[in-house]
Parts: sequence; structure tokens; C-alpha cells
Amino acid sequence: MYLLAVDWYYILEKFLLIGLVVTLSMVVAMYATYAERKVAAFLQDRIGPNRAGIFGLLQPLADGGKLFFKEEIIPLVSSKFLFILGPCLAMITALLTSAVIPWSTSLHLFGKDIPLQVADINIGILFIFGVVSMGVYGIMIGGWASNNKFSLLAAIRGASQMVSYELPMGLALIAVLMVVGDLRMSVIVNNQLEHGWHIIYQPLGFLIFFVCALAECNRTPFDLPEAENELNFGYHQEYSSMKLGLYLFAEYINMFISGVVMSTLYFGGYDIPFVNEATWGINQNLLAIIGFVVLMTKALVFVFVFIWIRWTIPRFRFDQLMKLGWRTLIPLALVNMVATAAVILWLKK
Amino acid sequence: MGITQILFWLLSVMALFSALMVVTNKNPVYSVLWLILAFFAISGHFLMLNAQFLFIVNIIVYAGAIMVLFLFVIMLINLNKEMEPRKNIWIKFAGAVAGGCLLLVLVAALRNSELKGQVAQVKEGNIGLIKNLGMELFSTYVVPFEISSILFISAMVGAVVIGKKE
Repeated sequence: MYLLAVDWYYILEKFLLIGLVVTLSMVVAMYATYAERKVAAFLQDRIGPNRAGIFGLLQPLADGGKLFFKEEIIPLVSSKFLFILGPCLAMITALLTSAVIPWSTSLHLFGKDIPLQVADINIGILFIFGVVSMGVYGIMIGGWASNNKFSLLAAIRGASQMVSYELPMGLALIAVLMVVGDLRMSVIVNNQLEHGWHIIYQPLGFLIFFVCALAECNRTPFDLPEAENELNFGYHQEYSSMKLGLYLFAEYINMFISGVVMSTLYFGGYDIPFVNEATWGINQNLLAIIGFVVLMTKALVFVFVFIWIRWTIPRFRFDQLMKLGWRTLIPLALVNMVATAAVILWLKK
Repeated sequence: MGITQILFWLLSVMALFSALMVVTNKNPVYSVLWLILAFFAISGHFLMLNAQFLFIVNIIVYAGAIMVLFLFVIMLINLNKEMEPRKNIWIKFAGAVAGGCLLLVLVAALRNSELKGQVAQVKEGNIGLIKNLGMELFSTYVVPFEISSILFISAMVGAVVIGKKE
């Protein structure tokens, strides 16, 4: 079926894949809110939500329903279009990052291979970076459009935090890219299948990346944009009902996606540790599903660690946060980068 | 009309329209947002020319970092319509004359240039790919590249010195 010189089956396949990935991110984010409450309860020796459904499993649906039916208030003097655009942007940028992630090896269906990756572009990891740098606008526009001084201050606080922590993140990433020699996500994963996970080569790089991921997702100990008790809530102070829900939900999606990205970059993606699954000789589709489950497990462990950190470590002060970013992480990342380059140069000679 | 041509026209219209909106909009925050859209359209053109690296760097650096700083400043000083200084009619007149002069120079410069053989080659060429671009930058153009980075460092040091409170 060719029309306008485009293979429409290909487009259909990609649309299905995009739909699946988006649904997956949403569902995981939904249950991440539930997991957050359960883990918090566990760490504080409580029971947590247990009324809706068995073990409170329907709690996220109840929360979502509540948010939808709440009264929606748009401040009178704010700019209405930007006020609505803010949470939309936050959500869109959170979902866009999943486009370049290789979820597993390819499936074999209807006589052709279907790669479980929406787009294997040759700037893969930079694409994620570009989208993450767009995520700042959701916060800034929302904070400004609320026409509230506290929201604006919180938005600027949040944006400067995200911009500052993008730098060490990028520098840590450069070391990985030097090891791989390519920016494609599929090549990054394949390199780890052959030579072992990048966490072995880049332990410091991973640590820096992880700290920056916490800051980029606005998670504790860097959740200053939404410090409700001492800084009068955050950029979403004026938001109510589902618009607030979108902001909070985008945070959980970001958390999940950054877990997936870290697993892909440093923990071998869909690779099963210690075994060579290609020699098992089992069905390609089954192998793809196993790979997907392995990647999801790694990502969910990261989500759990994020939650665990939130309920363990108190929040930084803003000057401490900036000092950590600019005076500790950036020099560390630079040293890591130069050391990696030197070792690679020495090994190649 | 192929899909590349459709995309080209869409991106061109988007770029020109958003650039116009940047200039004509009264509210500076909206101007910045339109400018971001213009950057996206231009990035799209880079992608059409098979220059993926330029595409993503344009988005990360210009749309993602520099425009955020613009927004910072504009949001903090809270410019709006009421606070806009009323411009003298003579200043407007001078602006129109200066703009007209620029137009004249541009027309004079481009009058003799051959446009027919210079249609942009869409989907061809690979100098914009990250590997080739990196090779060129660090071999053929390494001196200008390094000089420009020293320029950046000096600008940064200057900003730190000025920003430092004594």
C-alpha cells in the first residue's frame, strides 16, 4: 500500500508501537504513584492505601477520577492559553523521550521483523537530551502564566535547577559515547551485549548521571520546585484538578523513562546478565518478550530506588543544590571524561 | 508533490509566520515563545538537508538553553504593555529609514546572484552527520574552532567578573 511514496503499513506499525509505548508509560506512572504511597507507608511503618480494591490496587484510578471531577480554577488575570499550554508541554516532553529507546530485540510477525523501537535515529541519545531540555518550558510557562509571584519564583528555581544539572549529565554521557563510538541507542545496547555493561567501565559516570536524573525529575533530595511546606508549593500552586494531575503525572513518567534510559545506557538495556541468550535457540518472539521483561525489571528497580531515596533523604537547600551541581558534579564529570579519553587513547596505541 | 516538498513548504511557512509574530507581538513573553517555534522550524529544515547533528544541537542549544535565559530575564523584569515606553514619532521614522536602507543593501547585493542553480539539495549530502562534521571541525577547521572556544571562555570569565559582588 503505497501512497505519496510512503509505506503506510510501516506507518501503521509505528503508530501501534507508539500507542503501546505511551500506554505502557501511563500505566507504569499510574502504578508508580501507588508504589510511592505503599513504599512510603512501609518505610514509615504504616499500611498505606488499602481501601480501593485488593491491597488498594484501584487507588490510582480513584485518584485520577477525583482529579478529573474536581473544580477547575483558572486565575482571572493569567494568560489562559499559556496556562493550559504549561501542563500539556510537561506531559508531551515526558512522553516524547520514549521514542528512541530500544525496548527489546525485534519481533518476527507476519513474515517480517518488527523492531521494538519507534525510531533508531543516528542522534539517538542527543534526541533524548533535546527533549529533556524542552521540559523546562512546561515548568516556566506554567509558573509565569499563573500570574503569581510565588509560582514565578518557583518556576525560575526549577528551571535553573534543570538547566544546571543538564551540564554534568551531558558530560557524563560523553564518556559513554566515547566508549561506544556511536550515538544510536541500538548500537549502545549492542556494544554492551558484546563487551559487558557500561557500569563496569563508567561507575563514576553512572553515579553522576543518576544524581542528575534525580534533579531532572525534580525528585528528592532535589525537589525544590515543589517544596510545599517551606517554599509555598511550586510552579503549580495555582493549578487545580487534572492540570495539576498532568504536572504530577509527568513527573512519574519522567521517573520511569529516566529509569529506562539509565538501564539502557549503563545496565545493558534488554540484556540478561551472565548468560548468552542468543545460544538458547528459542523462538525469536519469546526472546524479545523476555528481553522486554528484563528491561522493565531494571527500570522498575530504578523507580523503586527513586522512591526509596525520597522517603529517606531530606531536601537540599537551594544554594547547596547549586554548589553541588556546579562545583562538584561538573568538575567530577570533566575529570571522568578526560580520564576515559586518556584510557581509550592508551589502549588503542 | 512528494512528501519532502510538502514538509518543506510547511516548515517554511511556519518559520516565516513565527518570525513575523516575534516582531509584531506586543507581549515580549509571547515573542520569545514564537521565536522558539521559529527555531523549531529552522531545525526542521536542517533535518531536511540531512544534517541531523545541526538539527538537534540547534534545539538543545538555542531552543533549549539560550531561550530559557531569555525567558528568565523577561519574566523577572515583567515587561508588559502598560510598562512599554512610548516611542517618539521621530524614532519610529528613523527606524523605518534604517530598515529601508538595509533592504536596499540586500537587494543590491543579491541582484546579480544566480538563484536558478542553487536549489537546496534535500535528503542529500552527509556533511551534516555527526561523524563527518566532527572530522571536519577537528582537522580542517581546528584553528578557528579552538579560537572560537577561547572566545567563549573569555566571555564567560568576563561575565563571572562582572557578576561577582565585591
